[in-house]
Amino acid sequence: MLSLLIFFPLVGAVGALLARKAEAAKWIALITSVITFVISLFVYSNFNPNVAGYQLTEQLPWVVTPGLAFTYFVGIDGMSMFLILLTTFLTIITLIGTWNSVTKAVPGFMALMMVLEAGMIGVFCSLDLFLFYVFWEVILIPMYFIIGVWGGKRRIYAAVKFFIYTMAGSLLMLVAIIWLGIEAGRVTGHFTTDITKLYAVAGQLPIDIQHYLFLAFALSFAIKVPIFPLHTWLPDAHTEAPTAGSVILAGVLLKMGTYGLIRFCLGLFPQASFDYSTLFCVLGVIGIIYGALVSMVQTDVKRLIAYSSVAHMGFIVLGIFSMTREGLQGALVQMINHGLSTGMLFLMFGMMYDRRHTREISEYGGLAKTVPLFAAFFGIAVMSSVGLPGLNGFIGEYLTMMGAYYSPVLNTWSYAVWSASGVILAAIYLLWMYQRFVFGLPKGAAPATHGHDHVEQASPLAHATLDLSWRELVAVVPMVAFMLWIGLQPMNFMQMSEKTMYKISDDLLKLKTGDTTAVVSSSLRGVTKERRSNLVVESKAVESGIASLRSQ
Amino acid sequence: MSDFIPIIVLAPIVALLFNLAFGSRMRGETAGWIATGAVFISFLVTLGIFTNMLGWPAEQRAIHFHWLDWINVGRVNVGISYLIDQLSIVFMLVITGVGALIHLYSISYMKGDRGYWRFFVYMNLFIVMMLQLVMADNFLLTFVGWEGVGLCSYLLIGFWYDEKKNGDAAKKAFIVNRIGDFGFLVAMGAMLWQFKTLNYLDILGSGGNIVDGVHHAGLAATLTVGAPIATIITLMLFLGCTGKSAQIPLYVWLPDAMAGPTPVSALIHAATMVTSGIFLVARSNILFALSPTTLSVVAGVGAATAIFAAMIGIFQNDIKKVLAYSTVSQLGYMFLALGVGAFTAGVFHVVTHAFFKACLFLGSGAVIHAMHHEQDMQKMGGLKKYLPITFWTFFIATLAIAGIPPFAGFFSKDEILWQAFSRGSVVLWLIGAIAAIMTAFYMFRAVYLTFYGKERFDTDHHEPHEVDWKMWLPLVVLAGLAIVAGFFGMPAVFGAGNWFETWLEPVVSKGEEISKVAGAAEGAGLEWALMAVSVVIAASGILLAMRFYKRRVTLAKDEAQLGAAYQLMHNKFYVDELYDKTVIQPIYNVSNSFLYKIVDVRVIDGIINGLAHITEIGSGVIRRIQTGIVQNYAVLIVVGLFVLVGYLVMF
Repeated sequence: MLSLLIFFPLVGAVGALLARKAEAAKWIALITSVITFVISLFVYSNFNPNVAGYQLTEQLPWVVTPGLAFTYFVGIDGMSMFLILLTTFLTIITLIGTWNSVTKAVPGFMALMMVLEAGMIGVFCSLDLFLFYVFWEVILIPMYFIIGVWGGKRRIYAAVKFFIYTMAGSLLMLVAIIWLGIEAGRVTGHFTTDITKLYAVAGQLPIDIQHYLFLAFALSFAIKVPIFPLHTWLPDAHTEAPTAGSVILAGVLLKMGTYGLIRFCLGLFPQASFDYSTLFCVLGVIGIIYGALVSMVQTDVKRLIAYSSVAHMGFIVLGIFSMTREGLQGALVQMINHGLSTGMLFLMFGMMYDRRHTREISEYGGLAKTVPLFAAFFGIAVMSSVGLPGLNGFIGEYLTMMGAYYSPVLNTWSYAVWSASGVILAAIYLLWMYQRFVFGLPKGAAPATHGHDHVEQASPLAHATLDLSWRELVAVVPMVAFMLWIGLQPMNFMQMSEKTMYKISDDLLKLKTGDTTAVVSSSLRGVTKERRSNLVVESKAVESGIASLRSQ
Repeated sequence: MSDFIPIIVLAPIVALLFNLAFGSRMRGETAGWIATGAVFISFLVTLGIFTNMLGWPAEQRAIHFHWLDWINVGRVNVGISYLIDQLSIVFMLVITGVGALIHLYSISYMKGDRGYWRFFVYMNLFIVMMLQLVMADNFLLTFVGWEGVGLCSYLLIGFWYDEKKNGDAAKKAFIVNRIGDFGFLVAMGAMLWQFKTLNYLDILGSGGNIVDGVHHAGLAATLTVGAPIATIITLMLFLGCTGKSAQIPLYVWLPDAMAGPTPVSALIHAATMVTSGIFLVARSNILFALSPTTLSVVAGVGAATAIFAAMIGIFQNDIKKVLAYSTVSQLGYMFLALGVGAFTAGVFHVVTHAFFKACLFLGSGAVIHAMHHEQDMQKMGGLKKYLPITFWTFFIATLAIAGIPPFAGFFSKDEILWQAFSRGSVVLWLIGAIAAIMTAFYMFRAVYLTFYGKERFDTDHHEPHEVDWKMWLPLVVLAGLAIVAGFFGMPAVFGAGNWFETWLEPVVSKGEEISKVAGAAEGAGLEWALMAVSVVIAASGILLAMRFYKRRVTLAKDEAQLGAAYQLMHNKFYVDELYDKTVIQPIYNVSNSFLYKIVDVRVIDGIINGLAHITEIGSGVIRRIQTGIVQNYAVLIVVGLFVLVGYLVMF
């Protein structure tokens, strides 16, 4: 069933390519994505939220030679279920919302979108690291082309920067995966990257090797998230990408990074995660504040939203490395929220861009008067992004912050307090943007005498701007519905991942607080850095002893 | 009884959804009547609960009502559940009662506006959010209401968004409030850390009440007086209060908020939303009482704000600005009361203030309406004969705020001054008393400039008309309340007992008891004496205003002769300019010229592009090895072999 979900979009990709005609290709892509969404709902109906481990698993031999076993191994838990639903949902919305935005080489574009969807679902389902890596890399290619072919003026620079940045990180991850596979080979007898087997192996490695491997994985994920200071590809990629690219990039692709951090960094290397939690939380908090401050001074709407992503993702990183129940559940729901709110901001700005063809904030104004529906929906997205209680954004931000307060791993309030200042800054840059974008007079209109009814003299430009069409409403209304739903009844969604995230948190904290009944017993896990260096010194002493014996 | 509680919230929700869906197609006043009717239903239900409560034993007047689940993650277990007790019912009555009146008023006031139905959607949403704030049974739901009213305030201040200054004011209000919300968030984190819960009953206990059949002790009771954690929590909560309730240093948004339509100023920026801070402190009175440090900060900030805002109010010419600064100042009084541990007195002033200040704002709205949107009192004068109902209601409300007995403001303000003296210090009392003279002075200045003297506008072309019944009826009701409300909180020395104090006792008695300092001045004689002083103070303020503005009209050009003092006060002590220069500009400049243009573009991207550049150069060099000449390759192979073998031999 999972395999069907992963590979079904590829059918659409082939179909779109064969269609050759733009309209036909669009419809094929849309219908494919709707069916994919239905399949994902079907998967959800078979998903049991009361189980913490992997479910609906499918395992097939893939590359099997003596001493080597790559398997095609997929399965989901509460975390991936949540993200898969986000992916399939957002793909439909994106296709509908950007229906007329792409005009050149439409079949190719639609095919790439479908490949992208397949890759994203694959990433969230993979339980074999090698398979995960394949899907991870598969995504790069369609995104590279989407930015590079259909993007804005500086699309080539942005596409190459995106590609190289991500590639640099993923190569390190590949090295780490192979290393882990070899280590697993020592234990199990054959090279394997099956994650369920690696959990037991990784923890038994010497601590400094765990650190190296953790860092290799974490660097790759940190680039994807992105965590400050590895974020500079993001503003360029977001700004130059076509609307659909920006939405998927912000909505789903960034989540692959945070998903990886939880699944692999926390999962495989708990001790290293403790050791580096301070670093990551510091970077997360810097991201929150720095992203907000830099966002504030942008004059380009898409760039502004892009930097706001850096700030929002900072909350997720903080939540993850707080390792508390609140922090992890909050981080996960914040991933969904960011997908909805930032995705919707990009989508709606794209709708306006299609009408006006400029990204400069100063070119806009008075949209509340000329396009009130647009202004209202855009306002909801802004408020969701600001983290207004009652909408979804608040739930995630609030829970990650509260998780960081009492986290036994961080053991200080300071991260939480600093991150709370992010709520002030978010209000500043988003409301300021909203004011310049939507309030005031339409460009070229005569100044109003008073708010009461008066004759408008809007410019031809303002008149030419149409309000949301039915098609666009079909795209944004479901997003708003989910924003309210998650904001008011978050448990309807969070129950899905409760068992999974609680287990991850509880296992980690048990380990941290030195509980010997920890899940994965490991001889070296409890070994501290000092102890480890003592061991090294001892072993060196032994070696030199042997050497002196030889020379005699 | 509990079954009716959801109606209070649902009525305005249904109305706002209805208006949202069909408002744009409605004609005339339909949207307004729907919204008003909904709030009126809420009021009736609230009143029903209140009258029932009156019949119950004093310690059983609290209803804990679990409505919906909300968040259950880790330690954060909060529901959309309500705790309706003696404190929240008072606020609910004010919110729905005054709210319904102001909705009624708005039906006429907003007529003809292109955003008519939108206005009522926001207003109803405000009522819903404000009710969440006071009805909540936990800090988080209160915070939802707290932010929600902030959103409505933002939307309504910027209601006429095509003027840039309105948009600016709206944004300023939201952002300044967010600074306060930062404090609220930190406080909640600290409470979650200390108490592992956010529910009022678990943290604060139920005071003298029996809730759900039990007497809740509350985890706060486990702390000792002066515990550092209590100080941290309450100081942070109070930071939130300074934002929402416009106290120093975060009061700057409220005067600008007058950019919104006048009914908004009356409901949100005078009667209800700005009193949220008082609610929060009164609700958590036990926590505040545990920290004498915070209490003295609250009292100090309250007193300072009371006098500072009153000084600014003296020379304002915009009628709504005068009322705005007066609101800031009155809120300062309320915090002064809370700060000395007189929680009842603070809450009582909330109630009386809601009546007379709403009346004043709505009266000013009637004046502005009649003057075709002129707000400058310099251009008014002599309106008494044109707007008799407005004048008399405005006059009554002014007497109330000035503190003339037996109007409502006298009892509530006098109680605060007495408590400041008795439980606080002579200094606090003196500051309050001086601010009281100023209050009487600037309010009567406004009355004389607006309603007395010659008309300073063109009478030939336009004659101001009295407003219609939908607008004057609320004025009359509120003025009536401004006359009688004070008797509910009449000091016990009058012999009848203080009804309001008895009513709130189960909720606040513990806090008042803990915070009571030893050796507080008491005695009926002293209380009578101070009461007399209060009356003299109020009267002298009025006489002073009469001297300058009634007999001989002193206008701005005459006032300007006061020189530097006038300039300072008229220009609001340049606080906005100070904030702009010391906070806003530096943050913007650092973000733009350093963080973005240097750190992001030069340093980080510079390193990345630099690495790419080095790779390019490096590969340019290494490329030269690939000469294509076989002999060269052979040489390289031999050299490589030697190096490899040499390495193996050596090590």
